[in-house]
Amino acid sequence: MVLVDKIEFGILDPEMIKKMSAAKITKTELYDQEGYPVEGGLMDPRLGVVDPGVRCRTCGGSVGEDQGHFGYLELTRPVVHVHYAKILFSLVKLFCRKCSRILVAEKDLEELKEKRLTLKELVKSMKKKCPYCNTEQKKMKFIKPYTFLDNNEILSPIAIRERFEKVTNDDLAVIGLKIRPEWLLLTLLPIPPVTVRPSITLETGERSEDDLTHKLVDIVRINERLKENIDLGAPDFIIEDLWELAQYHVATYFDNEISGVPPARHRSGRILKTLSQRLKTKEGRFRGNLAGKRVNFSARTVVSPDPMINIDEVGVPEIIAMELTLPVRVNEKNIEELRKIVSNGPNKWPGANYVIRPDGRRKKITEMTKEEIAKEITVGYIVERHLKNGDIALFNRQPSLHRMSIMGHKIKVMPFRTFRLNLSVTVPYNADFDGDEMNLHIPQTEEAQVETEQLMAVAKNVRSPRYSMPIVGAVRDHITGLYLLTRDETKLTREQFIQLIRAVDQELEIPEKESMTGKEVFSLFLPKDFNIEFRAKSGETVVIEKGKIVKGVIDKAGVGAEIGKILDKLDNEYGAETTKRFLFNVTRLAIEYLMMLGFSISIADQDLPPSARADISTILTHVKKDVDELIEQYNRGQLKTLAGKTPKESLETMIKRRLNKTLDEVEEILEKHIKDNFTLAMAKSGARGDLVNIVQTAAMVGQEMVMGERMERGYYGRTFPHFKAGDVSLESRGFVSHGFKDGLTPFEFFFDAINSRESLMDKSLKTRHSGYMERRLVGALQDLKVEYDGTVRDAANRIVQFIPGEDGIDPSKIQRTGIDVRGIADKLFK
Amino acid sequence: MSEESQINYSSEGELPEKIAEEVEKVAREKRLNKEEKEKLKHAVWNSYLESKFEPGEVIGIIAAQSISEPATQMTMRTYHFAGTAGLRITYGLPRLIEIFDAKHEPETPMMTIYLKKQFNTAEYATKFAENLIEKKILNIVKKISINLNENSVELELQDKKKTPTIVKTLKENFKEFNTHTKGDKIVVVAKGEVQVKDLQKLKEKILNVSVGEIKNIVNAVVHKEGEDWIVTTDGSNLEKVLQLEEVDERRTVTNDIHETAAILGIEAARSIIIKEALKTMQEQGLDIDIRHVMLVADIMTFRGDVRPIGRYGVAGAKTSILARAAFEETIKHLVRASIRKEVDNFKGIFENVMIGQVIPSGTGMFDLIAKFEEEKK
Repeated sequence: MVLVDKIEFGILDPEMIKKMSAAKITKTELYDQEGYPVEGGLMDPRLGVVDPGVRCRTCGGSVGEDQGHFGYLELTRPVVHVHYAKILFSLVKLFCRKCSRILVAEKDLEELKEKRLTLKELVKSMKKKCPYCNTEQKKMKFIKPYTFLDNNEILSPIAIRERFEKVTNDDLAVIGLKIRPEWLLLTLLPIPPVTVRPSITLETGERSEDDLTHKLVDIVRINERLKENIDLGAPDFIIEDLWELAQYHVATYFDNEISGVPPARHRSGRILKTLSQRLKTKEGRFRGNLAGKRVNFSARTVVSPDPMINIDEVGVPEIIAMELTLPVRVNEKNIEELRKIVSNGPNKWPGANYVIRPDGRRKKITEMTKEEIAKEITVGYIVERHLKNGDIALFNRQPSLHRMSIMGHKIKVMPFRTFRLNLSVTVPYNADFDGDEMNLHIPQTEEAQVETEQLMAVAKNVRSPRYSMPIVGAVRDHITGLYLLTRDETKLTREQFIQLIRAVDQELEIPEKESMTGKEVFSLFLPKDFNIEFRAKSGETVVIEKGKIVKGVIDKAGVGAEIGKILDKLDNEYGAETTKRFLFNVTRLAIEYLMMLGFSISIADQDLPPSARADISTILTHVKKDVDELIEQYNRGQLKTLAGKTPKESLETMIKRRLNKTLDEVEEILEKHIKDNFTLAMAKSGARGDLVNIVQTAAMVGQEMVMGERMERGYYGRTFPHFKAGDVSLESRGFVSHGFKDGLTPFEFFFDAINSRESLMDKSLKTRHSGYMERRLVGALQDLKVEYDGTVRDAANRIVQFIPGEDGIDPSKIQRTGIDVRGIADKLFK
Repeated sequence: MSEESQINYSSEGELPEKIAEEVEKVAREKRLNKEEKEKLKHAVWNSYLESKFEPGEVIGIIAAQSISEPATQMTMRTYHFAGTAGLRITYGLPRLIEIFDAKHEPETPMMTIYLKKQFNTAEYATKFAENLIEKKILNIVKKISINLNENSVELELQDKKKTPTIVKTLKENFKEFNTHTKGDKIVVVAKGEVQVKDLQKLKEKILNVSVGEIKNIVNAVVHKEGEDWIVTTDGSNLEKVLQLEEVDERRTVTNDIHETAAILGIEAARSIIIKEALKTMQEQGLDIDIRHVMLVADIMTFRGDVRPIGRYGVAGAKTSILARAAFEETIKHLVRASIRKEVDNFKGIFENVMIGQVIPSGTGMFDLIAKFEEEKK
């Protein structure tokens, strides 16, 4: 299936330029009085077509078919190609100024050929005197960007050409040059086809030319003037000046960002984008158009959550489903169905937008023609029908940081205008619903669809290759719900548990019991022979035997995304399908239970009883006393200095150490005093928030740090003018002794804002740096792949690893702990 | 399951060492007989086969993504004070970038020195650490003064026993001066006329002369980890430290990749890259499989020298001109390729993406040939 298997780079020789050209450019004007392109001008009709309705004079193709044809311009005087100027200079130095032989003695030639030196190294190895004609070589100089001096006299391109023309091919072979060096000096300039530089017709009927055309016009004009002046026998200095100008125009035509050369500008003053600028940078041809391309059959809209949609589904708005299509080949079995679809037309779902006849002609289905086309289709037609439920699609959210950022989903057509996704897949996509948008792509061929289903489907990507743990899992409310449900004290009446079970599964057999515990309800959704023992987030062990929770609660460590031990083991032992079903079931169970409870949080959850407040203020006084003591010691010069630190640094370190303890102490008190409530349940289960967050809201924010140090910015020796210079006490160095709920003092508020600003800047810097690191890593590693013999090789077939990862194991196929030998043994020998 | 008895166990390949060991261990614990053990081995082998990389897997891109995806969550804060000792070390994202860039000298070179068993005590370690620190005359001098009458600088040491060695080093360092002892004092005399200004300069110079055995080590602290007393240093000099008698040379490491490569060889450098990168990630609480880091370390070292990841290293050495041009310095690569008539062979990913061709990795690595005739038979 390979169409292109190699590309050879080289330099066009003047013969070739002439041969490949459709027109010789001689005239400066683009259009004649009637507005038709001038023959021999830069918009010569033989160079291709850009206007609809016109046929190409060279190949007869119309717009779209015609790729365009090159022309050429005969330059009156040769000029240097800027990009090759440096190389030219090296080359000039390699050959004798008189006889053009390489400056190496005959006997050393073979040896030099073997060495394969770079141009720079070659230049160094050259003789000062020509070994063939004994001419002394003069000192040469290169003045950027394109001037050469030989013995302090300007070496004109004509002179260089003369020298190069005499160089023998054998000498060129010695230095490994496969092109003729004189080709680096331009005598003929290839004129790119008009299709490369199309002109735009504005609404006013005015024509606006492409930047390249503007630049080419400059070149042609100066070339004409140079010619006229030479023909008239103008004085040398005028010719020199014009020649220099021609050189400038040709140079900026190739690259308009040469240092030391004023960039060519448009009449409006805008800097022209010439050839190099088209290729370079992120938006250039290489990175912008070739590495990434715009595609059809894709859609983008806002995403919103839907807990009732399956994990591997995506809700697609009907409007999008009617715009995106899938080609279906008509056969005996589906013809009736497709007729029905076609007769629905393009505006009713499920309909179709186009049919492709066996001869390849594409026909649009309209309200007028839908019945007619429905009758017309026979076996062999292709119908481009609307998307329907169960079709496979690729779903993606940028930035695509890992392969789970684009996965295969089954389409579910829904009303309204947003894509809907299950909450469990927000983790791999890193999506939230504060306005995030995502993209949808429809694979068009059967091959692409099968690959999507078999390799990219959500179920196949549950386990992250990064750390061998399931990345799809329960999040937020799912975890709170399961935590509350599986706590020891949760008892459900028959009415309640039927409600719960039926909300999740309509077929599951209801146990004949009057009441059930939450653990029992959860266990109903586990496979009957599932065993596991692991530590919950709280540290207590959870034991599941034969599909029943014997002990412990389910929290983030059990079913949470990225660390869920139950999901990990399920996926390993029962496969992705079971895991997916289990996860979908228990997440709905969790949400149903939360609704049954009337789950809700309040600021009052974080109210502290007076006793707690008293305890906290004692802690505060203790800290203050301790820190004051440290400062006192320091002032008296009695503070023990730490190894490798100045006394002042030691003081800071010791204060920081003391403060770190404080927050832990407050946390302890809080844990003792705060009554069991939903906010606490969220923090404890790992659903959202942390005890630290509660401490900071209810009791005390603690020390604000910038760059890992206590606050010390601002004025000389102090943070605010309200403090004494040199004051290192807690209050003056950013210690916040209030909680957010109580409110911060103005000082504290500013300290907090300083801290927030730092983390904000950190974040924006970080994304840039890590983005560039990723680009470089991918650039270095992209061609590595595992071969059939199990080795890892690069594009040049060099072996990088004999066994990937030293054991050949794909981290996305094993449990975090590796291959479970013990588990296998346990299963084999009970 | 009934086919099990027919399976020829001996035709199976060898399990990776670690897994084979685990099998032995489990077999011993469970007291399995020979047949049962073979059965277990077989089951484990099957499980191993299932978890191997599949041919065509784009292992490089997976590794690159696995490393950089969590890197978005790392801190930019450059420094971090290690442990209670408080040595300043680069960490987080900047350190990770530094490792992959294979910078010639890390911003904060650091050594972790283990001591041999007989020296593994708090006292020895502390003394050892003190001796390690690069000393300047500044640190050991008791008194230093300028004698204007004799055009000389006189100094007196805290420890008089050291006087002869210091004289020797001073002689080496200041050949244009005469150095001799006068009682307890060391005198550095200028030859000929000098100005006071020059003597001041000389004094400064003398104070900054390094007298210790080991250069570059600015600070060293001791802490205990499990059984071991570990000396962590600010600054690195692997060659000299490894020669010290007290040092356990098997475990002592530096965080300088190039230094390791020069002294212990390329395999050691590879280990350091893996170790340092993993450590940097784990410090931030980020979990990543070691296999990904191994691949990066391997591509940096498989040619025998340490090459950085970027455009002057691995990425710049790619065979495909187009891939290089797309990566960085587009024009430079195209110009170079043209004068040497280089050929792009379209063996990599980017080149094929560029022209809209199926990439030669993953499912694009092979074609399918269906034999319909055989079906008929």
